[in-house]
Amino acid sequence: MPDPIPFRRPDPATQPPYDAPEYGSTHKRHPKQKLVVVPHTLTETSGPRFDPAFYPPQVDMSQVNGRAAMGERIIVAGRVTDEDGRPLRGAMVEVWQANSSGRYHHPRDQHDAPLDPNFEGRARLFTDAEGNYSFVSIKPGAYPWRNHANAWRPIHIHFGLHGAGFAQRMITQMYFPGDPLLPLDPVFNCTADEAARNRLVSTFDLDITRPEWALGYRFDIVLRGPAATPFENAP
Amino acid sequence: MTRALMTAPIPATASQTAGPYWHMIDFPEWADLLRPGGPNAGVAGERITLTGRITDGDGAPCVDALVEIWQAGPDGAYGAGFHGFGRCASNEDGVFRFTTLKPGAVPGLGNATQAPHIVVTIFARGLMKHVVTRAYFANEALNAADPVLNLVDPARRSTLIAQPEGGGTWRLDIRLQGENETVFLDV
Repeated sequence: MPDPIPFRRPDPATQPPYDAPEYGSTHKRHPKQKLVVVPHTLTETSGPRFDPAFYPPQVDMSQVNGRAAMGERIIVAGRVTDEDGRPLRGAMVEVWQANSSGRYHHPRDQHDAPLDPNFEGRARLFTDAEGNYSFVSIKPGAYPWRNHANAWRPIHIHFGLHGAGFAQRMITQMYFPGDPLLPLDPVFNCTADEAARNRLVSTFDLDITRPEWALGYRFDIVLRGPAATPFENAP
Repeated sequence: MTRALMTAPIPATASQTAGPYWHMIDFPEWADLLRPGGPNAGVAGERITLTGRITDGDGAPCVDALVEIWQAGPDGAYGAGFHGFGRCASNEDGVFRFTTLKPGAVPGLGNATQAPHIVVTIFARGLMKHVVTRAYFANEALNAADPVLNLVDPARRSTLIAQPEGGGTWRLDIRLQGENETVFLDV
């Protein structure tokens, strides 16, 4: 059997470091020893395929049993590709977020803001043949955290992606354009490359916006691509 | 034939921390890869429990970790006949626990063989990107020639070897930082 094609190694500036001093929770949790670089084997290039029969999709976070959540309804849509622009088809995308008041449906979140019985804050999507996904939600609220004095997280939606190989597994956060908290946020800012940071900010999109119903935001996601690709046969 | 593409036309999206409140995507049954009605119901093999405690640089339990595993089936094949993915939330003691089948040996690069192993990844508050390690099985003859174990300083190799606790339970504690820090892999 030929060796599997490895994934590209990222430019370190385009990914956050483990040791991010401005983000206090990294202090005791980042590895101090050098990571061991592992050549990609089948262990890294293969990955789980999620059959919607076992993992049913849930594309509308804006209601529970037909009862609408409080807040500003939004549509989020985008495309999942690899670094060469090839679509990831049938990829499972997991999404979770705080409610419109900035509170998570989570027992440990004690922020003094109301829970919404009609907002659970999770979705599960599968990309189509072109790598596209879409879901309906409520614009999340900002919330305070104890990282530093008067610290607030910019509004964001968490995304979890599964690619074709386990080395493509990735969790990230989508932000919203024009959020005044972005320049102050150590999580957003610890990635060195400005362009890489700004790709985490969704764009308002009138084509995704549905008249009389909800604003639309676009968030495209890129997973690692192959470090080498087979020649395409000439016609 | 291949052509090298060293720089990415569109760089991969930056990772961001899963944060402390990720449990809306915790489905506790996913920690049991053999669950009735699940993708592996009825697959034959050696049933095992993989468990361990995750601690930080102060030795404090990491109580909010999202732990995922990825492994081959008992025949050493990925994805064919065995869905080798699981997810588990660490508990208030920092402990994770998976029920699965012991994987077989897996092809390595060239003619190499990899000893049976399970990839263990951790996402958590304070981890801007997940950490990746492997759980190998103590007393496995193939460990001595495993190409990944052999990349690791022999003095630290034990941090990748799960130990038997009887009854099919294998334990691998994970120390994110400090004394006996787990060997994490750059994959």
